[in-house]
Amino acid sequence: MDTPLDLLKLNLDEKVFVKLRGAREMTGTLQAFDSHCNIVLSNATETIYELVEGELKSNTKGSEMVFVRGDSVTLITTPAE
Amino acid sequence: MLFFSFFKTLVDQEVTVELKNDIELKGTLKSVDQFLNLKLDNISCSDETKYPHLSSVRNIFIRGSTVRYVYLNKNMVDTNLLQDAARREAMSSRK
Repeated sequence: MDTPLDLLKLNLDEKVFVKLRGAREMTGTLQAFDSHCNIVLSNATETIYELVEGELKSNTKGSEMVFVRGDSVTLITTPAE
Repeated sequence: MLFFSFFKTLVDQEVTVELKNDIELKGTLKSVDQFLNLKLDNISCSDETKYPHLSSVRNIFIRGSTVRYVYLNKNMVDTNLLQDAARREAMSSRK
């Protein structure tokens, strides 16, 4: 039987969208993952959302290769077109 | 075990670690263990003015659970090897 993590295997070498704790999101190419949802993304872009005086602001930050610790990860999906 | 092995291949390379309290430390990765605790040598803080209390620290032990990201250079990583290792890990960890 396929477990949820087996489905992630299909996303290897594909673009993924990762939601993280603390109003953070990241898109990038999935290079590796494990059962803790530790992941490695290449060509990643992180977006951090914050409220500044009631207005939603977002900051982005790019990185060519990044390891993300699994305990910050809340969901992994394919990016919206 | 995949990321333990992965970080072992990065020993003696320069990495940047972002902690969950937003502190960012750049240094040479000296050792890793199974909890992904890290030892960094020759660290520099990317924002010394914000965190002056770390400016005199040269080497540091980081508890794995406090890490948010580890930034790497893409030339440190063989992506084909890593993807294959991830597939094998996914195979072997299923019951």
